[in-house]
Amino acid sequence: MPETVSQLVDSPALAILIGIAGVMGALTFNALFLVWLERKASAWIQRRMGPTEVGPFGMFQTLADMLKLISKQLITPRHVDKPLYHLAPIFVFFPVVAAASLFPIDEHVVLQNLDIGLVLIFALGGLGIVGIFMAGWGSNNKYALLGAMRSVAQNISYEIPLILSALSVVLMTNAMGGPDTNGMNLAEIAQMQHDQGYWFVLVQPVAALIYFIAALAETNRAPFDIPEAESELVAGFHTEYSGMRFALFFFAEYANMFIVAMVATVLFLGGWSGPLLPGPVWFFLKTYAIVFGMMWIRWTFPRLRFDQLMSFCWMVLIPISILNLLVTAFIARAV
Amino acid sequence: MLEETRDDAAMGERYVLNMGPQHPSMHGVLRLRLELLGEEIQEAEAIIGYAHRAHEKMAENRIWPMFLPNTSRVDYLSGMIYNLAYCQAIEKMLELEVPERAEYIRVIASELNRISSHLLWLGTYVMDIGGLTPFLYAWDDREQILNILERITGSRLTYSYGRFGGLTMDVDDVFVKQTEAFLERMKGRLVEYDKLVRQNVIFIQRSEGVGVIDAETCRRYGVTGPSLRAAGVAYDVRKDEPYGIYDRFDFEVPTATAGDSLARYDVRIREMEQSLRIIAQGLKDLPDGPIMPDKPKKKFKPPEGPTYFAVEAARGHFGMYLVSDGGETPFKIKLRTPSFSNLSAMPEVLRRTMVADTIAIVGSIDIVLPEIDR
Repeated sequence: MPETVSQLVDSPALAILIGIAGVMGALTFNALFLVWLERKASAWIQRRMGPTEVGPFGMFQTLADMLKLISKQLITPRHVDKPLYHLAPIFVFFPVVAAASLFPIDEHVVLQNLDIGLVLIFALGGLGIVGIFMAGWGSNNKYALLGAMRSVAQNISYEIPLILSALSVVLMTNAMGGPDTNGMNLAEIAQMQHDQGYWFVLVQPVAALIYFIAALAETNRAPFDIPEAESELVAGFHTEYSGMRFALFFFAEYANMFIVAMVATVLFLGGWSGPLLPGPVWFFLKTYAIVFGMMWIRWTFPRLRFDQLMSFCWMVLIPISILNLLVTAFIARAV
Repeated sequence: MLEETRDDAAMGERYVLNMGPQHPSMHGVLRLRLELLGEEIQEAEAIIGYAHRAHEKMAENRIWPMFLPNTSRVDYLSGMIYNLAYCQAIEKMLELEVPERAEYIRVIASELNRISSHLLWLGTYVMDIGGLTPFLYAWDDREQILNILERITGSRLTYSYGRFGGLTMDVDDVFVKQTEAFLERMKGRLVEYDKLVRQNVIFIQRSEGVGVIDAETCRRYGVTGPSLRAAGVAYDVRKDEPYGIYDRFDFEVPTATAGDSLARYDVRIREMEQSLRIIAQGLKDLPDGPIMPDKPKKKFKPPEGPTYFAVEAARGHFGMYLVSDGGETPFKIKLRTPSFSNLSAMPEVLRRTMVADTIAIVGSIDIVLPEIDR
């Protein structure tokens, strides 16, 4: 079974520090890479080139942009609600970092092997929503408030099909495993797919599709990016943020994409399992393939209007995911 | 009138949202003052004037030929059509004869301009809805047109190609070849746009039933152009009051019945197809000959009295009302621009719609602010 970092190092404080450093490093690298990937992918889809100047293939462009954002003057508009305005980026940012520590990168490498891993990730996502609303309300700006309200409504609505589709996999893992498995441990789910020899996407295609769509909505990505719709609301809930504060939101969005893609990889694509290549390579390959798919969709489709978005969730996704859960439960009971 | 609040028990009280004049989406510097209850618009007011450059006043202080460059800048997206409209208005006033070759080239250039304007509209409309990619594809196609026209006129956007009685410069075989190549390419591109945009479920959901302008509303506000044709009225100045040699060309006037944004989209796409048809016929029948009459008019004093001349611009019925007092400078040039009338219907159309649709609706009627403000 996987070991936690604390079993590798003697002092628990050092273990925690190593863990935090590792996660932060991974997320930073991830953000740099994903922003570059987004800019290149969107460019090639749109018949242009994307960044080419800074570094080979424009690799260091994101680094340059990050340096620029960090060095900007922190402007606090006079009319904002100071506590909310300042705390909001933190509330959006830290749940993502916490969630990143739960993932099994390899058969034997996971930062925190928690039995309630999956639930914790979704709970942390909910905490991020609080941060978004704080940003929108605290900005004292009608556009930001509209964006924040839409974002909150969208996020809490789409959490339901997200969790229901993940629950189908949990039910399956629970049924397949012994009496010890409760199905919510991410490392166990990945292990189960490795042991069973097939990826869960093959037995739960509906759940996988619903999860992917709900994940797009959770991360406020197109076609569900009304809260950030550039042409409608300038920049939505983070209109009044500039410089490093904006960088935190930005970072959190890409990290969030990464997190939901990682959950999808573990739940449906077998996590680290795969022939020939080492575990972590497969893990990141699958994750980034999903992320690339999310980007591809963003640059192809227009965005849904807000009421269409909500009715799609409540009238289509939730009934189907409930149905899927019921069928899974029946089969799990019968088998 | 706008200050009283109406407390709706379910929705709270009205609030005012001001969109523009600086806004990433509003085409040009349009300011929309919206009163909202929740997400529904109760009142909308369009505040214009941010792009006023006093073209009509400028006309009073310049001699007739000096107004030519102004005409393109009124609606810079149909610059060729407007420029040639002024020339044709003067020709009507002075009863000048225009050589055949010049007439054909005028038609070809105007239709190319119409296609480029519609392509720009396509890109910006889909971008407003959220599809950011067709914008760049449309720009690529537009670039082909701009290259073709730049080769013969020297300008990419604001042309001063017409002269009273003909054209400035002639076209050559390279122009004919380039245009034919463009026609071939455009046919394939329209199929691509159909697959990428028109058949996309999200696009249809955002456009169908949104921003319905019926024929009666069009009649009351004087809405013309694709918005009118999408409401079912087959009015096109090229067919109903033909000018130049348009009566020799075989083309249809596309209409739709729904009057919503999707219908306007369809009408514009089909208009592009018809323009391709017209250009093909024009290239086939292009005669040889001069492009200016033997004795071109340079300085003149037209007879006293008014002249009205109308053309079908990309946005609708564009009319020039020239009033001469017998002098070298006009007494008055009034420009009846289609976007002004099209926009005037907006407050009524926007009432009771959702604020998220505002951008889509305003985008779908295709307005150009400089044309409204002049």
